[in-house]
Amino acid sequence: MIKFRSLLCLLLLSVSLTTQAKIESREFADAQMEDDYQALVAELRCLVCQNQNLADSNAELAQDMRAKVYKMLNEGKSKTEIADFMVTRYGDFVLYRPPVKSSTFLLWFGPFIFLLLAGIFVVSFIRRQSVSEKSVVDQQLQKKAHSLLDDE
Amino acid sequence: MARFGILIGFFLLMGVFAVVLDRMGSGEYNPRDIPTEFIGRAAPQINVPDLYEPNTIVKTSDMQGQVWLFNVWGTWCPECWREHEYLMHLKTQGIPIVGLNWRDDRSEAQSMLSRMGNPFVKIGFDPDSSVAMDWGVYGAPETFLIDADGKVVAKHAGGITPAVWQQKFQKYFTPVAANGQQL
Repeated sequence: MIKFRSLLCLLLLSVSLTTQAKIESREFADAQMEDDYQALVAELRCLVCQNQNLADSNAELAQDMRAKVYKMLNEGKSKTEIADFMVTRYGDFVLYRPPVKSSTFLLWFGPFIFLLLAGIFVVSFIRRQSVSEKSVVDQQLQKKAHSLLDDE
Repeated sequence: MARFGILIGFFLLMGVFAVVLDRMGSGEYNPRDIPTEFIGRAAPQINVPDLYEPNTIVKTSDMQGQVWLFNVWGTWCPECWREHEYLMHLKTQGIPIVGLNWRDDRSEAQSMLSRMGNPFVKIGFDPDSSVAMDWGVYGAPETFLIDADGKVVAKHAGGITPAVWQQKFQKYFTPVAANGQQL
């Protein structure tokens, strides 16, 4: 039993080691270049994954795209040049923060529009509710007032 | 009156969901599909060695003046195996297809073609995605159609089937049989 457990531990350890090993270690000429690299792989989307950026993904295309980013940085390309390179090939989809333009308008402002609509709905709902409650109270008060008046 | 409005809104939303689901079901709409950036643009360069002859460079300009297909495939891709037979059929129809063997092993790719037939006029060998990235490829198989002026006019992500062929590609080819006669 103990043997089985230690085997299991070893297995689990080896799994995490292999996943670690898949993200390449890279050498950078200076800190600025490393910052640019990290920013780019965080900003660019892994195209074959659901909601992962290049930095997080072990997908093969993501590995190659990271290598391309690294190569272009070494060739002295700027961050915007590299982002543009990817956008001309893969479209705005490759960016986690697509630029605001007519085709991405709903993407950027859709949630706020829905929030606004929901807000309007809630406010009008509450208003209506309180109005009808108030009128019920008013009627009761009126009845009471009438009965008091009648008593006199 | 307001109740009525909410009800109408609800049914409208339901209608939208039903239409999207229906189109997804009939394969017209793929939520994972990434719209291509290349329609109407000049075809990118290929510029990698040939799968069979490492000293020969496969180039986009080799195909100038022809309407041709550019098909990205790999032996690791099951859908590529499925579409292979149809690509062989297109070859017999005289359709020129340039292949891009993507992220693959040279000898495995060659042995697959020797077993299943080679539908390609040329095959670029792209182990590190350099050509794939230049064409905005994100999966295999992917097929582009390039016109005689070297412009990309159509693209399909996924296997080529007779239905896909008729819908997207056939109209760009004047029917020519393998023996060169008009069909």
